[in-house]
Amino acid sequence: MVEGGSLMAGTAPGALRTASLEMPRAGGGRPGRRRGLGEAAIELFLRMNGWVAVMLIALIFVFLFKEGVQALFSIPLSDFLGTTVTDYRGNPKVVRMWQPVSELPKYSLLPLVCGSFLVAFPATLIAGLFGVAGGIYLAELASTRTRETLKPFIELLAGIPTVVIGFLALATLGSVLQGLLGTTYRLNAFLGALGVSLVIVPVITSLTEDALRAVPDELRVAAYGLGATRAQMIARVTVPAAVSGIAAALILGMGRALGETMIVLMATGNAALITLNVFSSVRTMTATIAAELGAVAQGGEQYQALFLVGSLLFTLTFTMNLIAELVLERMRRRLTL
Amino acid sequence: MTTRRPMRIGVLAVAALALAAPARAANITIKGSDTMVILAQRLAETYMKKNPAITIQVTGGGSGTGIAALINKTTNLANSSRPIKAEEIAKANANGVDPGEYRVALDALAVVVHKDNALKELSLQQVNGIYRGDINDWSEVGGAPGRIVRYCRESNSGTYVFFKEHVLQNGDYAADCQTMPGTSAVAEAVSRDRSGIGYGGVAYFAPLAAVRILSIKKTETAPAVLPLKDGRPNNEVVWSGEYPIARWLYMYTTGKPSADEKAYLDWIVGPEGQQVVSDIEYVPLKGVLDGKKPAVH
Repeated sequence: MVEGGSLMAGTAPGALRTASLEMPRAGGGRPGRRRGLGEAAIELFLRMNGWVAVMLIALIFVFLFKEGVQALFSIPLSDFLGTTVTDYRGNPKVVRMWQPVSELPKYSLLPLVCGSFLVAFPATLIAGLFGVAGGIYLAELASTRTRETLKPFIELLAGIPTVVIGFLALATLGSVLQGLLGTTYRLNAFLGALGVSLVIVPVITSLTEDALRAVPDELRVAAYGLGATRAQMIARVTVPAAVSGIAAALILGMGRALGETMIVLMATGNAALITLNVFSSVRTMTATIAAELGAVAQGGEQYQALFLVGSLLFTLTFTMNLIAELVLERMRRRLTL
Repeated sequence: MTTRRPMRIGVLAVAALALAAPARAANITIKGSDTMVILAQRLAETYMKKNPAITIQVTGGGSGTGIAALINKTTNLANSSRPIKAEEIAKANANGVDPGEYRVALDALAVVVHKDNALKELSLQQVNGIYRGDINDWSEVGGAPGRIVRYCRESNSGTYVFFKEHVLQNGDYAADCQTMPGTSAVAEAVSRDRSGIGYGGVAYFAPLAAVRILSIKKTETAPAVLPLKDGRPNNEVVWSGEYPIARWLYMYTTGKPSADEKAYLDWIVGPEGQQVVSDIEYVPLKGVLDGKKPAVH
């Protein structure tokens, strides 16, 4: 730093430009060529790793879409909405079913998308209620000691293997729920949503807490200064200021819920139905891929259709994460004015 | 530096472990049918006790998965509860695989309901109607009124395909069939659902008290046949064809079997292997356990 400064202090503007290019190496530019090369090597290694992450996502995209797009060539586009069959009277009828193993394979994506969202929406709702409330408690109301004990337990929820949660839902919770509510189907979307909400509560809680912590203290102090009670300060000042962050937390939670596989595979019954009844069995995109991809021969029609489902799923979750990132970015910019 | 020496030793240790892993002489991988997975594991264990030089690894995943693995050459042998299809043979040949078929046992497919369901028998036509979605209420087949909840297997299951071909006459399952990942999952689900109906290999349901296996009538006027006798599978009705939903269980090779694979397959269709089949409550090949000639493949 010292050399750079003295270089710039007494030189003409033309030389200033060349001088500024000779930036001192990170670490102070101390003497020793080996040390300098080592630093550069480490910097290069770390930079490559950063780019590897970007490249991996791009490669996954390419692989998914390369196989998935072939489905668009081998299967007519209208088939992804519904298939025309003849009913027992000989009249044509459009059915929207996912039934690739059949004399007349049916590749409608509608039941799968409907199923995924019928699990993800209630899961995000339930987890959102508990998660946002938990986040507000942790950020605003809890003492430091309470926060330090409670937070690891909430994070622990994310550490439970999803297959264990799915199995518990299948074996125990399903019967309890059917006993309480008297549903026709023991395994349904609501059961899956309950399991999935368990997994996304930590995501929403910690992001809500971060969003609330990011609200500058000046706002809180100003609220107190104007005579607000604690409740009024939280409800009318802090939470509205952090609402973008909370929205981003919910969107990220929903993205995670859409991608959840094991719980929905075990707890939703896997019946490809188009329905808005949350107590009906559904088949999600993730469960379809998990259940069927192992059994198809590579390159066949069903294989390509499954990759199309995978591409659709990837696009949906990627878009949700992108939106959440943009919303968070906007909130950060707003709050650091 | 001080961190280099332990690192070098660590790398060498990992390399040594990796090289030491394939120590056993012969290794046979078997993938496929979930119906056959318990049978296959027991056969493998019994055989490995007598032949310690061979290691046999068995996994399930469904008949479709097993045959796909055979085509993709990721397994030595495939278990399947349905015969291989013509398209699959074509795909295999295109990949340089010539599947060889071995019939190793028989299996009766049981149709089950919850034990509190008063129904005791159904005709094949009625089962067809139920699973196709034409019959939706128990009262239509002689039970107490209530919605029928159908449980079936995933499309990669040989049981699914066999049931579709022989009971549904190649028709489509109803859209609201709950697809379960294995026969034990079907058994579990039906045992907890009073209005449920399911199907699967009889060996999975025979020991369960919470489900009832139905007697099946081939036609409306034929006698109802139960695939059990004294709590164990009734071999006679399966061999004679009286029980209408019975099937062969197959093992497929990737081509001409190696010496180890041939020895294993011959052992399975011989008296010792068939005794294991009978112990696990599958139906052995006819005539083997009586001391007559083993069945030809």
